[in-house]
Order: sequence, then structure tokens, then C-alpha cells
Amino acid sequence: MSATPRIHTRSESGEPVAAAGIGAVKIDVRELNFYYGRFQALKNVSIEIPARQVTAFIGPSGCGKSTLLRTFNRMFEIYPDQRAEGRIVVDGEDILKSRRDVALIRARIGMVFQKPTPFPMSIHENIAFGIRLYEKLSKAEIAVRVESALTRAALWDEVKDKLQQTGTSLSGGQQQRLCIARAVAIRPEIILLDEPCSALDPISTAKVEELIEELKNDYTVVIVTHNMQQAARVSDRTAFMYMGELVEYGPTEGIFTRPARKQTEDYITGRFG
Amino acid sequence: MNTPSDHIIRSYDDELKRLTGEIVRMGEIAIAQIEGAVDVVERRDSRAAERVVANDDAIDQLEASVSHDVLLLLARRQPMARDLREILAALRIAADIERIGDYAANVAKRSMALNINAPIAPVHSLPALAEAASGLLADVLKAYRDGDSELARQVWERDADLDALYTALFRELLTYMMEDPRNITSATHLLFMAKNFERIGDHATNIAENVWFLATGEPLSEARQKGDLTASPELQPHA
Repeated sequence: MSATPRIHTRSESGEPVAAAGIGAVKIDVRELNFYYGRFQALKNVSIEIPARQVTAFIGPSGCGKSTLLRTFNRMFEIYPDQRAEGRIVVDGEDILKSRRDVALIRARIGMVFQKPTPFPMSIHENIAFGIRLYEKLSKAEIAVRVESALTRAALWDEVKDKLQQTGTSLSGGQQQRLCIARAVAIRPEIILLDEPCSALDPISTAKVEELIEELKNDYTVVIVTHNMQQAARVSDRTAFMYMGELVEYGPTEGIFTRPARKQTEDYITGRFG
Repeated sequence: MNTPSDHIIRSYDDELKRLTGEIVRMGEIAIAQIEGAVDVVERRDSRAAERVVANDDAIDQLEASVSHDVLLLLARRQPMARDLREILAALRIAADIERIGDYAANVAKRSMALNINAPIAPVHSLPALAEAASGLLADVLKAYRDGDSELARQVWERDADLDALYTALFRELLTYMMEDPRNITSATHLLFMAKNFERIGDHATNIAENVWFLATGEPLSEARQKGDLTASPELQPHA
């Protein structure tokens, strides 16, 4: 459960995966296809997501970006009729084929959703609950971890005097940061953010964006967002998806100033495709 | 991507069109100003020269509208990709045309000083410079309007011809001044006027670089042949 990303090599060829100057690859997706029953939502998607950087996925509704995000921690498995084919290699292990407890995979790969989802329990318990699932710690140790997670999520100062109040009593923006704190508390390696700011006001959004900037020092962050300016602001690399396909992927600066594909250009400039 | 499709929000297209229109209009006035400036020099018409100087206001006002429109577009639309390049290019191009307008007005202003003294022959070399300068501006504006990066690149290269004309006139004026010191006042005015046209060429080159960037998203950065040799030692009188 170390948060230190390892620079690994591809087992078949022994070649370093850190190709194309993106640094160490954390998530290596190869020829991924995804089906909701008969509907194919992802078509042959291959993408290398670098460690300790922010990678943003943009694209119109239904393009498959959230679906892709949900494959990274096998979240789709809780629904019948959904299946993924291909490989998603995280630190040398194909998580789609892994026989390990899926809960352990999800402990390494935390997720924050569009709507804040605090548990109906105290602010303290919201965070302590997750930690206790994976580690045996004393009350004092847990208190330290809770404070550290809330501090990382830039929420500590706002809640330190009311840790026993219920999580649902917080504002929307605070609830979302609580969810991020909850994800951070179990010390994952990867944090998946699915439209984390779509229900937040601009100030809360700015706080979450500031937090994302911080998180990338220790974690690999993958964010799905409908807000292109947000993708431009927070991410190092941006992927544009359309109708289940990965259309373009590259450094964020290039995608937003001179995209290579016309489909990308039309989408980000708000033109009819 | 020379003719991008329409925006989903139609008023965005209208705002961009307005911006392009203002730039083109500025450019047209600037070309007229260059032609007017050299015309008043040739005709030694100080009253017409005053009108050319006064007309520069129109360019300055358009530049102010461009800045205002750019500000609003950035605030309202958060432009991306080509739109962003287009807006950035408009702001830069407007600044270049504004400078070009100043140079044309300077030529007209200086012509009034020239009219106090007797005419000197090298005045007849000035129209060639003015024509080359306005030709570069006209072509780079066409390149801007049509999103024609190739034409922009040609303008960028052709500035060397204007530099060569300037260097030739510089040599000619130097000879005049050495022949008869009484020519120095008029020749110096003329030299400044020639330099103004040469600088117009440099600004046309800047515009060409922006048109290239707008169309391709990349800088036009190859080292350009430097044509203005007047700063080199062999052209100094006693070198």
C-alpha cells in the first residue's frame, strides 16, 4: 500500500513503459472494450496514464469517459450485464484479471463521484470507517490519520471543532472535500475523480482544484470533467473521447491551443461537428 | 482548418466576425495612410499632410475597439484552440497596424519640414519604398482575411526586398550628404521617412508571423535573411 509509484517494465518485452516522454506509467490500458449488455461503450481504447500527474478525460455525454474511469477500479462489476475486455495494467498487474480481493484494488484506487456521498455518520467516522477496514490502528493513531486526511483535503480548519457532527450537515463543497479526504485517508495510489465539481459553486470548485494540484505530488489523479476550462487548468495531460473512442490524447497545453484532430477542435471550441 | 464550422452559440461567431472586420478595416485605413503620406511628400502639399496626420485617429480608435472586444471575448467565451489563437492574433495584429499608422503619420509630418527646404532628387526613390511597404501590408491582410498561411510566409520573406530598397536609398542619401553638406537637413528627414517605411515592413512581418500562428498553431521561427545592412561597418562613411 505504498504510495510510491514504481517505474516498472513491460513483462513481455522488457521495454520500459515510460515511452513518449510521459514519465513512469501508472495505468496502462490496452485494447479495452466495454459492453453494457449488447451496447459497446468503449471501443479498443489504449492509453498510458502517467504516475503523479493529473490526466483529464473530456468529451460529450455518453462518450465513454466515465465508463473508462469506472473500469479502473472494477466498479462496473457491481452491475450485471456489464463486462470489460482487454487489459488494464497497474504497476505490472492486469487488474481485470487479478484474483485479488476487489476491495484491495479499490483501496489502491480511490474514487470520488459527481455528487458528494458522505456516509450518514459523523465527520470523523466518515474517514475513520475506511481506515479501519484496511488497518488495525489505535484510536489515537486513527485521530492522527483523520486530521491528516482532512488537512490534505483542505477541510480541517473548517471542521476541526465539529468532528462529531454528521457529514451530511456540511455544505455541498465541504461534503465533496470530505469525500476526497475519505479517499485520501486509506492512502491509495490512484485517485479517480468523476466530475467532482459539477455540483459545486465556484469557490468550492476552486478549493477542490487547489486540492487536485496538491494531490498530484503523491498520487496519480484521473479526472473526468465536462468543464473544459477546468481540464485546462488542473491537468497535465488531456484525453478527448467521442462515441466510445479515444480521439486524441496529449499534453493539455497542446490539446487546448492546437489540437491535432478536427473532432477535438470542434468539441473544445463549441462548434457543430 | 481554414474555414472552421459555426459555433453552436451564434453570437460567438458574430463577435469573432466583428473582431476580424475591425482588423481588416484598420489595415485598409493604414494602407490608405501610407499611400496618402507618400503622395503628400511628392506633391509637397503641407495642408494635405496635416489631414494624413489627423486621420491616424481613426486607426487608434479602431485599435481601442479591438482591445475592448478582445477583453469581452476572453471574459465571456473562455476561448480555446483556434478561437484562442484568433483572439490573441487579433490583439497583436491590431497593435502592429496601430504602429504602422503612426509611421505613415510620421512620414506626413516630416514632409512638412521637408517642404521648407528646396527639393532634393532622392525624394523620387521614396515611392518605391512606400509601394513595397503597402504591398506587404495589403498581402498580409489578405492572408489574414483568407487564413492563408502560405501567403503570410511569402510576405515574411519578401520583407527582405523592402530592406534592400531601404539600404540602397541609405547609400544614395549618404552620397548626397557627402557631396554637399547643405543637403544634410533634407537628406536626414528623408532618411527618417525611409526608415519609417522600412519599419512598416517589419510590422507587416510581425503580422505575417501571427497569421501563420493563427492558421497553423506553430511559430514561424526560421531565421529570416536580414536585408537591412545599414548598421554594418562597410556602409559607414569613414569605415
